[in-house]
Amino acid sequence: MIHPFQHHNHDQGPKPNALVRIEHLAITFDKPVLRDVSLDIHKGETVAVLGKSGTGKSVLLKLIVGLLTPDSGKIFFKDKEVTALGEFGLMDIRSDIGFLFQGAALFDSMTVGQNLDLFLVKHTDLPPKEREQKIAAALEMVQLQEAIDKMPSELSGGMKKRAGLARSIVIEPELMLYDEPTTGLDPVTASSIAELIVTLQQQLGIASLVVTHDLPTAFTVSDRAMVLNEGYAIFEGELKDLEKSEDAFLHEYLAASRLDRERHDRILRARERALAATQNPKAATKGTARGSETDVKVLT
Amino acid sequence: MSSDNKNSEVLTPLPDEAAPVARWEGGLALLGGLWVFSVRFFKTLARPPYEFKEIIRQLNMIGYRSLSLVSVVGIVIGAVLTMQSRPTMIKFGAEAFIPEMVAISVMRELSPVLISVILAGRVGAGIGAELGSMRASEQIDAMDVAALDPFKYLVFTRIVACMIALPLLTIIADLLALGGSWVVEKIEAGMTVSLFIQTVVNGVEFSDYLPGIAKTIFFGFTIGLVGCYEGYHSKGGTEGVGRSATDAAVTSSLLIILLDVLFVKVTLMLWPY
Repeated sequence: MIHPFQHHNHDQGPKPNALVRIEHLAITFDKPVLRDVSLDIHKGETVAVLGKSGTGKSVLLKLIVGLLTPDSGKIFFKDKEVTALGEFGLMDIRSDIGFLFQGAALFDSMTVGQNLDLFLVKHTDLPPKEREQKIAAALEMVQLQEAIDKMPSELSGGMKKRAGLARSIVIEPELMLYDEPTTGLDPVTASSIAELIVTLQQQLGIASLVVTHDLPTAFTVSDRAMVLNEGYAIFEGELKDLEKSEDAFLHEYLAASRLDRERHDRILRARERALAATQNPKAATKGTARGSETDVKVLT
Repeated sequence: MSSDNKNSEVLTPLPDEAAPVARWEGGLALLGGLWVFSVRFFKTLARPPYEFKEIIRQLNMIGYRSLSLVSVVGIVIGAVLTMQSRPTMIKFGAEAFIPEMVAISVMRELSPVLISVILAGRVGAGIGAELGSMRASEQIDAMDVAALDPFKYLVFTRIVACMIALPLLTIIADLLALGGSWVVEKIEAGMTVSLFIQTVVNGVEFSDYLPGIAKTIFFGFTIGLVGCYEGYHSKGGTEGVGRSATDAAVTSSLLIILLDVLFVKVTLMLWPY
């Protein structure tokens, strides 16, 4: 069954040398979650998967690493069929994949440094001194050197995401999977995480798949995107071509995202004005202060 | 069918006759799941290397941190048993046999079963809640993705720690129960410690203490296995964590009591009176 607006046709065959090839993937839980989804990800490329909550974006990531098994369809990673691998085969390919979970999924009983070290001990034969250096380098990359001895419970949401990111990149994966990397963060921290993803991609050349419902994040980190709706990939292509799509849901989604972005910007501007008024009450005009209050009331 | 009728159909609870069937199915599914988990435990046992550092950390969490609770329970078991049995023993002129009677009762049955049931509550529920919250916060998935083998790291280590900690804690509880008993005997009858020890050593045989300690290894296995199983398969977020903890405590306590019947029968077959 093909969605009327599905314009990507994988029957033409995948492009050669794809790092990840997803072919006609389908999975059903209580209801169909993914239906005939196909996608290629190439080395060094970042692809965003967009869509509303509950449209199977996170399920797609779990299928790629073999945490879930599809009802039909195939997934290939470096030409190995993930969907046909056993326990040991999956362990083998997972050492080349980094996964940033929505809540970072740091191990509660360990410090940030120990969280990173556990991954290195498992995946490398490096002596302790070299592991320490690698941990320090990974934490420096995400600007979290000072948190090496902190427990996850002592970190803020943004710091947890950065620590999770450091833990994923410390083993130098070939593919990074991001599950809602900016969800639940304030706009400034969300923006810094998105910039960090771009920096990592540029510095390390890692291919990435970023699952998000936040359009600004998608535009920051990737050039190509796939949009899921009701299990179908209703769009796959360059981000700049999103506007050209005739799909009604996509238009609604883009409009809502734009409004959301404008709302964020207005709140930020109102806060900045309120802050400026607090710091310099004489300079702040009565009209501006009243305007800030009105803005915040209307917007919140 | 109107939409109202549809809703009422959805909200109607299971018919009464279906409820026991659902419970049986749930019970059988649990036993099947525990069997599969046990098989996986022994497969992991045959596949070194082991996570010794984590086993020691769990021994500290499960064993050392239960020490104060076990100590209090041990002393109270011995003291209360002595106080309760004294009047009856005196009535039959068997006051001199009180230390022997207390020692046999404590070592054979009271201490292993009581300590195990109490630890099923403390340790079993703790493991269920810990692994349940790790499941809810995707930490177990993160281990899977990082090829860290969460079964080996989380489940195997906890079960092994329970199997080591339970017998050690039971031995400590046995000794403290005898201490509690002696204190009561000292206060009530002025019995010296050397006479108390001599009476216990003369009255207690190999078959009185070894089966009691040996069965706690299996009880430890049960507590670890059930706690880990419930936590590992926790569903439904925070609510599921609470359910896992409760189910772990209830199921492991029940299994310990049922297994005890089997062990008593086996002990009596091996060492008949």
